[in-house]
Amino acid sequence: MSTVALTSARTGPRPGPIVISVGVLLLAAVGSLVLGPAGVSPWGAILETLDHIPFVAVDSGLSTQEAAIVWQIRVPRMVLAGLVGATLAGSGAAYQGVFRNPLADPYLLGVAAGAGLGATIAIVSGLPSSTIAPLAFTGAVIAVVAAYGLASLGGSRRSGATLILAGVAVAAFFTALQTYLQQQHADTIRQVFSWILGRLSTTGWGDVRTLLPYAIVSWLVLFAYRRHLDVMAVGEEEASTLGIHPARVRLVVVAGATLGAAAAVAVSGLIAFVGIIVPHIARLVTGPSHRVLLPVSLTGGAAFLMVADLVARTVQSGGEVPIGVITAFVGAPFFAFILATRREVAT
Amino acid sequence: MTGVVCHGVTARYNGTTVLGGVDLVVEPGEWVVVVGPNGAGKTTLLRALAGVIPAGGEIALGDRELADLRRREVAARVAVVPQTPVVPEGVAVFDYVMLGRTPYIPYWGMEGPVDRLRVNEVLERLDLASFAARPVSALSGGERQRAVLARALAQDASILLLDEPTTALDLGHQQQVLELVDGLRRESQLVVISTLHDLTFAAQFGDRVILLADGVVAAEGPPEMVLQADVVSRYFGATVEVVAGPDGPLIVPVRSSRSSP
Repeated sequence: MSTVALTSARTGPRPGPIVISVGVLLLAAVGSLVLGPAGVSPWGAILETLDHIPFVAVDSGLSTQEAAIVWQIRVPRMVLAGLVGATLAGSGAAYQGVFRNPLADPYLLGVAAGAGLGATIAIVSGLPSSTIAPLAFTGAVIAVVAAYGLASLGGSRRSGATLILAGVAVAAFFTALQTYLQQQHADTIRQVFSWILGRLSTTGWGDVRTLLPYAIVSWLVLFAYRRHLDVMAVGEEEASTLGIHPARVRLVVVAGATLGAAAAVAVSGLIAFVGIIVPHIARLVTGPSHRVLLPVSLTGGAAFLMVADLVARTVQSGGEVPIGVITAFVGAPFFAFILATRREVAT
Repeated sequence: MTGVVCHGVTARYNGTTVLGGVDLVVEPGEWVVVVGPNGAGKTTLLRALAGVIPAGGEIALGDRELADLRRREVAARVAVVPQTPVVPEGVAVFDYVMLGRTPYIPYWGMEGPVDRLRVNEVLERLDLASFAARPVSALSGGERQRAVLARALAQDASILLLDEPTTALDLGHQQQVLELVDGLRRESQLVVISTLHDLTFAAQFGDRVILLADGVVAAEGPPEMVLQADVVSRYFGATVEVVAGPDGPLIVPVRSSRSSP
């Protein structure tokens, strides 16, 4: 009897971490809703947001202008931060799982370098700013496809390590091109640099609409492969003897993660650190199973970037700090703290 | 249900021939031990049988050709205990053994009550029930090897391939693991094909011994026929005495400088 109780506890849904991370996400969402330089009443901001939920009608008591600040600035920004954070963290968790490499992040196979090159081409060519996101997305996807192509030159039974090395080569090449273009067009260097540091759009729902379909497809693909990712943890050959196709799983997971990461980067620039630390922190809480790890990475990434964005736009009066600076500045010490305290617990 | 039938199995690695045409027939309930010096192709043979490397020749698993089977179908017929299993950090024994149910879990789905029942049965059978919630990485060598074996059993495959299953175990645990495999193959009429470095164990546990050298079968037959002092000397470059023991020949290494008085 005790065995049954014990094992059902192991295998049944372990909702604790998911519930906690959803709670944290809600707190972060409310925080980024009510805090801001415009001085809108916090309660009014919450009511105004609720009023936009279908079948909910409440009077927020805000003026038309305040209501616009909430619904056209704060809410879309909060949602965008959540989508970007969730997508980068989910992709990072998937990359780490499929390559069995704790240093993997969504930029591993050249997404960042490719997106950087695409965005730089758009900026230095003087193309309309609306072309930056599509070109960044295209560059990111081309980089990953190139890495896959390069890795497969060595034979069809390419391993994950070959693919990582091919990604390093492609990233170096694309970064070199990007740097060259940037140096040749010194007048736009500030604009390129600001894109690279990462930023979230300041008004409207455009970026949310752009990113949302890619993000959802990416999440669904990764979630569908959560059990395969657990099997991949025993390495490619053993996974193969257990009945899965490691190369196929890797291709699908990389495609799904890349789609999401490329779209996130295209609208937000290169926001560093979310894709690597959030999955690690999540893993410390959830354990290695991707069934819990993926959802917690998604919600945790969303919460993390909402908070980082909140800090980015409030910490310095009269201007924003680039959000990429905040994610690393806040994330690195927090991560170090988690690692240090966790080790004490473990030993 | 027939066992394993192979004919002319070949394998190449980086342009070098590792298996040069191996014939092998193993019946259900039979344990065949593959012995041979390092680099003879023992592990490659097991990998070819498991379908994880490309191989030439014909391999039939039960009533079907390996080449016609999908990956999941192979995994439902052949379970592999690798020489050095990858032990994922933090994965509980129960979840680790559940990986063996992969061929039966729907592609997009999750394990069901039948899978959990089967895992619990296997854990009971291998005395691992009290370890179910412990991380595999925290187990001792002998317990860990039982966990790997449990994962293989959870696959409900009729063919069990063991690559040096006693590596890194002390003598007592080596015996325990081999006795366990012996019991399991009798209970379930499993085809067992294992490699073993220890020739005495090979003689004690194998119904038949296959001696591989340079990728071909150099000798095959009952242990006492294959494992003779001159054969061991020729193929392993080892100086041994073969002593009759209660469960087959004992292959005892001796110092070559002292072997001739």
